Amino acid sequence: MNQDIITSTLSGALRAGTPLLFATLGEILAERAGVLNLGLEGMMLMGAFTGFSVSYITGNLWLAVAAATLVGGLMASLHAFMSITLRVNQVVSGLALVFLGEGLSGFWGHGFVGMQAESFSSIKIPFLGDIPYVGQIVFDRDILVYMGYIAVPVIWWFLYKTTAGMNLRAVGESPEAADARGINVVLTRYIYTVIGGFFSGLAGAYISLAYTPMWVQNMTAGRGWIAVALVIFAIWDPVLALIGAYAFGGISVLQFSFQIIQVPIPVNIMNMFPYLFTIFVMLFASSNKMKKRFGAPSALGVPYSREEKT
Amino acid sequence: MKKYLLFVSLLVVGLLAFAAPLKVAFLYVGPVGDDGWTYAQNLGRLYVQNYFGDKIQTTYIESVPMADAVNVLKTLAQSGYKIIYTTSFSYMEQTAQVAKLFPNVIFENCSGYLIGPNMSAYFGRIYEPEFLTGLVAGAMTKTNKIGYVAAFPTPEVVRGINAFALGVQMVNPKATVQVVWVNDWYNPPTEKEAALSLIGAGCDVIKSETDSPAPLQAAGSKGVYCIGYNTDQSSYAPKTFLTASVFDWGIYYKNDIQSVLDGTWKPQNFWGGLDTGVVNIAPMSDLVPPQVQKLVNAMKEAMKAHTLNVFAGPIYDQSGKLMVPSGQNLSDQALLSMNWFVKGVIGNIPK
Repeated sequence: MNQDIITSTLSGALRAGTPLLFATLGEILAERAGVLNLGLEGMMLMGAFTGFSVSYITGNLWLAVAAATLVGGLMASLHAFMSITLRVNQVVSGLALVFLGEGLSGFWGHGFVGMQAESFSSIKIPFLGDIPYVGQIVFDRDILVYMGYIAVPVIWWFLYKTTAGMNLRAVGESPEAADARGINVVLTRYIYTVIGGFFSGLAGAYISLAYTPMWVQNMTAGRGWIAVALVIFAIWDPVLALIGAYAFGGISVLQFSFQIIQVPIPVNIMNMFPYLFTIFVMLFASSNKMKKRFGAPSALGVPYSREEKT
Repeated sequence: MKKYLLFVSLLVVGLLAFAAPLKVAFLYVGPVGDDGWTYAQNLGRLYVQNYFGDKIQTTYIESVPMADAVNVLKTLAQSGYKIIYTTSFSYMEQTAQVAKLFPNVIFENCSGYLIGPNMSAYFGRIYEPEFLTGLVAGAMTKTNKIGYVAAFPTPEVVRGINAFALGVQMVNPKATVQVVWVNDWYNPPTEKEAALSLIGAGCDVIKSETDSPAPLQAAGSKGVYCIGYNTDQSSYAPKTFLTASVFDWGIYYKNDIQSVLDGTWKPQNFWGGLDTGVVNIAPMSDLVPPQVQKLVNAMKEAMKAHTLNVFAGPIYDQSGKLMVPSGQNLSDQALLSMNWFVKGVIGNIPK
């Protein structure tokens, strides 16, 4: 019984954590470039809606995922235009994206409620999938979960080991210096904001095509906001994002296992833990000594202009 | 001549006003596309719009945050809406507050209890069909473990769980009802996780009470029987769906709007059961054996005829304490504040 609960909780943690992971990874890239995009929830909803509707109409899952990813990027490019080119307040523009996504997906999605579409099923990886316990939890999943595993080391390597990654970080830390070194700040910010949107679109597609394969309005139910918090929790690091996303996901599953085996921890308190921990991380990272190493990108949320000193 | 023109134009305006459709507004707590609670409410709106045709004009505002309800209600009342339905308990106070400011507008709150000179409360005795679905669950379970995905520990939800469990126990005293709280009315992925956890713990019938069809989909994907809520959600688990407790709000809205049109409307606290048609049990699937269907239908008729009461004693609570002695029924007052589980329910009510 207890072993079952452990297996099913871990398995659920990966399932519930995957959409959070995608959205968080995307936002890490955008924020590392200095662009704060609070519109994850809206982009995820549009991704979920686009993925489901394309799958319903064409029956082609990969086309559905590609379309969802693109739509996420398209929405992010709107945010990029507003916040990078027009230099409007990034918080306001991001929030506008949330409402835009909720509104459009709800409006266009009316006819898709209650429909059935193609969805992802799990693929067992040979050999690895047969390892007792671990195999079932880690290597017998749908392909999007595997994409999550791969995305983390790739992004980590990119951020820390490549010139392009270094340029990206430079743009977020000190755009003036980056500009002086000949890096195109505006272009860099555009690229990573849009890539961030790709990831949010993918996160949405995972929800409507693999997690709960259906379309109902507002089905992401706040997961975009959790991802915003996760970026801070992960102190802008992809590996910590993986741990954080699966931990947040795990708690959302564990709350039910605890109720069933009657562990006397109130659910409300449990659901609070990840956020408490996030605040703790923020406090920790706000001391000057830690800021250098762990803090937010220095130019986060600050529009860049050559003429104006910021 | 001028006077004559003025008279005619006044007459025309007067006639237009008289013939103008009655404007009816609905305030929804969730999106109409939730395929659950709000979806069912919206079906009711569409039904009356269709039924009354030109005589009424309906509109709705969905996903209204509690904090904005007062402003939205004021705006609706100022724009000529004569009946405003607020379809969630969470709007009750705000509805009462705005109702005082607009004595000529009728306000009605779903699932609340406040009424006033121009304000009604209305709800369905959904616990009656919940009891019937309990009979089905009790008859269908093989592991004798039934999982119940519940939203929030409010008296309404607790009452539904108890009625369901009483139904289960009537046909299968060995079966238990395991409850998990989602602490959300609407969060499809989390609702799914709740159902999967119950299935993981050995439950072979899943009853959902939350607003999305995700728990049914989870059950369907695992080949586990499931019973829905709000609307007939059979399409999400076509192979394992048994039945559902459903609301038919259209019936209430039709009678209510008719009384306004007739000028006979009076404030009331409406709590309609199976006999009114506002609540019902969805058609049972072929998986439910004929003799069980027969029993359920007989019980349904008995409840409609008021010869059977769900909460008739003897009823024991979880610890085995006698709560309702034989020969007595729980009063509506006790039902509206219910905060204890009957025997056969596993789980806690967070205090």
